[in-house]
Amino acid sequence: MSLVELRNVSKIYRLGEEEIRALDDVSLDIDEGEFISIIGPSGSGKSTLMHILGCLDSPTRGTIKLDGVMIHDASARQLATMRNRKIGFVFQFFNLLPKLSVVQNVELPMIYSGVSGRERRERAMASLEAVGMANRAKHRPSQLSGGQQQRAAIARALVNGPKIVFADEPTGNLDSHTGEAILSLFRKLSTEGRTIVLVTHDPEIAAVTPRRIEIRDGKIAEKVDLTLAGLDRPHVVRSPEDKLAS
Amino acid sequence: MNLFTTIFVGLKEVWAHKFRSLLTMLGIILGVASLVGMAAIIKGMENGMRETMVAMGGADKVLLEQQEVPSEQEHLADQARGRTMTDVFALRESAPLIRLISPEMEVRNVTLTRGDKMVSPSECVGVWPAVLDMNLHTLQYGRFFTSLDEENANAVCVIGTAIRDELFGSPERVGREIVPLGELIFINSQPFTIVGMFEHYEGEQEKKQREQARKQPQVQAAGPSRARGWGRGNWAFTRKNLTVYMPLNTAWLRFRAAAGQDGVPDPRLSDIDLKVASLEELETGLQQARNVLMSTRRGIEDFNFRTQENQLDTINQQIRNARMSGGIIAAISLLVGGIGIMNIMLASINERIREIGICKAVGATGLAVFTQVLVESVVIALVGALMGVGVSFGFVKVLGQIAPTANSPVITPIAMMVAVAFSAAVGIIAGLFPAVKAAKLDPIQALRYE
Ligand SMILES: Nc1ncnc2c1ncn2[C@@H]1O[C@H](COP(=O)(O)OP(=O)(O)OP(=O)(O)O)[C@@H](O)[C@H]1O
Ligand SMILES: [Mg+2]
Repeated sequence: MSLVELRNVSKIYRLGEEEIRALDDVSLDIDEGEFISIIGPSGSGKSTLMHILGCLDSPTRGTIKLDGVMIHDASARQLATMRNRKIGFVFQFFNLLPKLSVVQNVELPMIYSGVSGRERRERAMASLEAVGMANRAKHRPSQLSGGQQQRAAIARALVNGPKIVFADEPTGNLDSHTGEAILSLFRKLSTEGRTIVLVTHDPEIAAVTPRRIEIRDGKIAEKVDLTLAGLDRPHVVRSPEDKLAS
Repeated sequence: MNLFTTIFVGLKEVWAHKFRSLLTMLGIILGVASLVGMAAIIKGMENGMRETMVAMGGADKVLLEQQEVPSEQEHLADQARGRTMTDVFALRESAPLIRLISPEMEVRNVTLTRGDKMVSPSECVGVWPAVLDMNLHTLQYGRFFTSLDEENANAVCVIGTAIRDELFGSPERVGREIVPLGELIFINSQPFTIVGMFEHYEGEQEKKQREQARKQPQVQAAGPSRARGWGRGNWAFTRKNLTVYMPLNTAWLRFRAAAGQDGVPDPRLSDIDLKVASLEELETGLQQARNVLMSTRRGIEDFNFRTQENQLDTINQQIRNARMSGGIIAAISLLVGGIGIMNIMLASINERIREIGICKAVGATGLAVFTQVLVESVVIALVGALMGVGVSFGFVKVLGQIAPTANSPVITPIAMMVAVAFSAAVGIIAGLFPAVKAAKLDPIQALRYE
């Protein structure tokens, strides 16, 4: 059983007469431990897909199973719990709370899962340690560089031990050098067994991940699975059925 | 997310915008201060009225009042004689439910003199010893009148402390308590011997002030000595301290009989006061008294009973009215405070849409967001309420300074609790709408919000 099973998912926005298909009949499986990039031009529906996968949004049509739970028609409360326990988010603009210190930001998800004060602080520090930010725990986000803020955000995404981490253009707001560092941090997390989905429009970044999913106009255009091929030449899989067959 | 953390975060949010929060709280602060202050003033009034009531003889005292002859008996008006000793004796004989009868014969236009000092008493009346129990007097020095005094119409009197203060000097001025027993004073030029003196009557408030003054006696030594009189203190006590009593017969023989109109002495009493054995028997007792009086007055109903219960009702009514209007004023300012809180909470949510989105993205449920906003609103209201209680203490103090009265305001714990509870309710109601709004925010739109 896959960690994520997406079946015939569509997201349709209606603006007056016009109908925008942000996602159009998308099916997708993600296994535990995979490192995937979703790539596509601007407006192709990458973020929409990520939001639906990440329980931030519900699809108009189709079914989603995440870690054995059907979430496409879950209540707002259930979605919040899924986000809290099973999912970590990393955003392009870091999205740290400016009034809280770095360590308090990392503690935030645990506050909503009811972890007690001391354990909260310990786990937050451990998480910051893992991304190399323990020495900046007491700083405010505004006192950090972009790369440091993104590390803190990653620490926050990891702190509740999520099943899967979603990163929407995590390097989009960083210079190439810092971007590299963040990417290698993701790679390191991947080798440690984390499931990571990276959204980007940069082919160079997508090339880093073993599996790539390309989206165009809300449809999956092609999937490249290096782990299956074991080669540097991409192995093209047309649909989840193909993948299952191989 | 536990409540403690929520409250802590709420307090921090309030603290982060100190000035804004203070301005928001102002409505609540003023509302609570006016509610508590108003309640304190009313409580002071109430205390004063209660004290006055006791000073005037307690709740079970009944006044036999003279009344116009009713219109259907107008042709008998010339036979109405008013209140006389005949009534008193008849009541004593035939109305066993009346436990105490106190006739009073007032001597009018009285001046007391001693050497070059003089004073006008509040009342100078001839009485029976029953007056002590009737008017709740306590004789501290000397004795009251004996039957011999009464029979012989002796020229003796019992005085209140204020009379002593004027004629002999007050303890405050002299520095010691003068007890003028056996001294001679002149009541309208007739020599009287003082045989007794009452205790000094005063309200709780004055007592407290006097004790305070005694504790630090040197502080005001240089200034003018505080005048005693009508300016401060409960008038009922002041009046009671200015009393001069003499035997009833003395008043009759030495003053009334000697100075009647056209040579005919006026036998009418100025007052007849009654007390019934117990308040439960008030109705029947008074009915008994009415029957007796109807016969002594040959069926002319030119009298009326005034019970303190009527008075008590009036007092309670007044207090209720004052409470009501005070409560409405306070409620309005609390309402205004609540609107202020709602306004600021809406603004604050708008400012924090993105933050709320972030919290939701990491797992905050709608309920958690709702609680957070609501708690914040209640925190503002409660902090405001506590400050308001503090302000009300200052307010009452200032009020006491600029307008000193006998009925100085008393802050009651009940008023404080009501005010705080009311503020909490205002905080909840004011926070409800913003909280729902925040809880319903869509996480994606909130995250995208600039
Ligand atoms: N709330 C919305 N209402 C209407 N249309 C929307 C809404 N959100 C997204 N869309 C549309 O859905 C499509 C996909 O948007 P999406 O944000 O997923 O693109 P993206 O691939 O993430 O682009 P980018 O690389 O610029 O971030 C776009 O055409 C967008 O205009
Ligand atoms: Mg996007």
